[in-house]
Amino acid sequence: MYFVYLVVVILTAIVLVAAAMMIAKLIAPRSFNPQKAEPYECGIPTRGSSWVQFKVGYYLYAILFLMFDIETVFLFPWGVVAGEVGTYALLSAMFFLIVLVLGLAYAWKKGALEWK
Amino acid sequence: MNQSFLDYYNIAPLLATIHEAMCSVMPEWLAMTLEGIVVGVIIILMYALLAIVLIYMERKVCAAFQCRIGPNRVGGKGGLLQVFADVLKILTKEIIKLKKADRLLYNLAPYLVILASIITFSCLPWHNGAQILHMNIGIFFVLAASSIGILGILLAGWSSNSKYTLIGAVRSGAMIISYELSIGITVLTMVVMSGTMDIHGIVMSQENGWNIFKGHIPAIAAFIVYLIAGNAEANRGPFDLAEAEQELTAGYHTEYSGMHFGFFYLAEYLNLFITSGIATTLFLGGWMPFHIAGLDGFNAVMDYIPGIVWFLGKTFFVVFLLMWIRWTFPRLRIDQVLTLEWKYLMPLSLVILVVMTVCKIYGLVF
Repeated sequence: MYFVYLVVVILTAIVLVAAAMMIAKLIAPRSFNPQKAEPYECGIPTRGSSWVQFKVGYYLYAILFLMFDIETVFLFPWGVVAGEVGTYALLSAMFFLIVLVLGLAYAWKKGALEWK
Repeated sequence: MNQSFLDYYNIAPLLATIHEAMCSVMPEWLAMTLEGIVVGVIIILMYALLAIVLIYMERKVCAAFQCRIGPNRVGGKGGLLQVFADVLKILTKEIIKLKKADRLLYNLAPYLVILASIITFSCLPWHNGAQILHMNIGIFFVLAASSIGILGILLAGWSSNSKYTLIGAVRSGAMIISYELSIGITVLTMVVMSGTMDIHGIVMSQENGWNIFKGHIPAIAAFIVYLIAGNAEANRGPFDLAEAEQELTAGYHTEYSGMHFGFFYLAEYLNLFITSGIATTLFLGGWMPFHIAGLDGFNAVMDYIPGIVWFLGKTFFVVFLLMWIRWTFPRLRIDQVLTLEWKYLMPLSLVILVVMTVCKIYGLVF
């Protein structure tokens, strides 16, 4: 049942954007000027493309994020039953968390969390 | 405490009756289609209405914090029609076609941002029985769906082919994915507390007291961490460096104009509401009324207030808290933002998770 509503919700989002864009295109004015199509940068003509190699620091955080996000995904089913299972659940999750925190400590010590 | 007040306003039987009545006069696929259209229209109306209310509220709250009056000219004394005028203006602005942009991704980005926002919006528990997307992994699904929004932001910044948008997008991307960890772990804390991922189930588990009261210290700490991380998730407050006006003009949506920009603006405000709505669901009891154990008369009066009033009231209270944070603190630098998350909030939320698990397993929660 919820699958049907999920499709309804996704269609709603697409229809909302498409309809609003169509209305805007119908009533918005149109004028042509080659200057308008330039990227906005301080007023002087832009130099080169922006599709360049970018600072690696951002990607480092993305890799670290992957590690911990997967951890959260694994812990969610555990979280549902943790209250019923009791001490065993706590111990097993603690083991899992300690291994992960060691990973974070390693990244920290290596300086991956410093902004350089 | 009796069960009656939960059934008093439960609209699920009413909806089931309507569905049966419709099925009896027409084939089921037609009934489902009509219901789908009605649900879609309701979502769009609520979405637009809440956006208008939130933008007006933000302006007034911001003005109050800065000792200004705020909008007061358009539409009577309080400037009530100001936002409508702005919507009209945004619709009538020219949509500029960029020469150097990646056309496909540039046009796709607003769809992704709005899609993420509407899917999470539909998961909110508005009222007893009035939840559009009701599934047993609800809160997990919300986390998954909200990640689509980052994709939209990154695409918007990258495809515009402008330096400002690129810097804004990668900053925003690094920040949002980092704070998603804290969000995930605090949500997990409350899943441990409630013992279910179903959003309706989480609300029902708070029948004898909201989670923030039942979970005492770990729950309150998780609530604070959630608020900080939620502010970052919604790209607001001290964390709005993705669109730091002084450096990046408008961040990842610099190159968008007219209604194209409007979608990002819309999604930003609705994400604020969704973050607050999830906080309400997890910590403040969703649509559950406020009860004080022992005061039966007081509790009975509280039961007569419908659930949607409670939900909206609590959510707007959290929205106000987030606006308060936004207009009080100065903006952080990117390295400070990432340090705050990785060296303070993330370890802290892991500690909260362990403390909450210990409390839950050994019966230290109320």
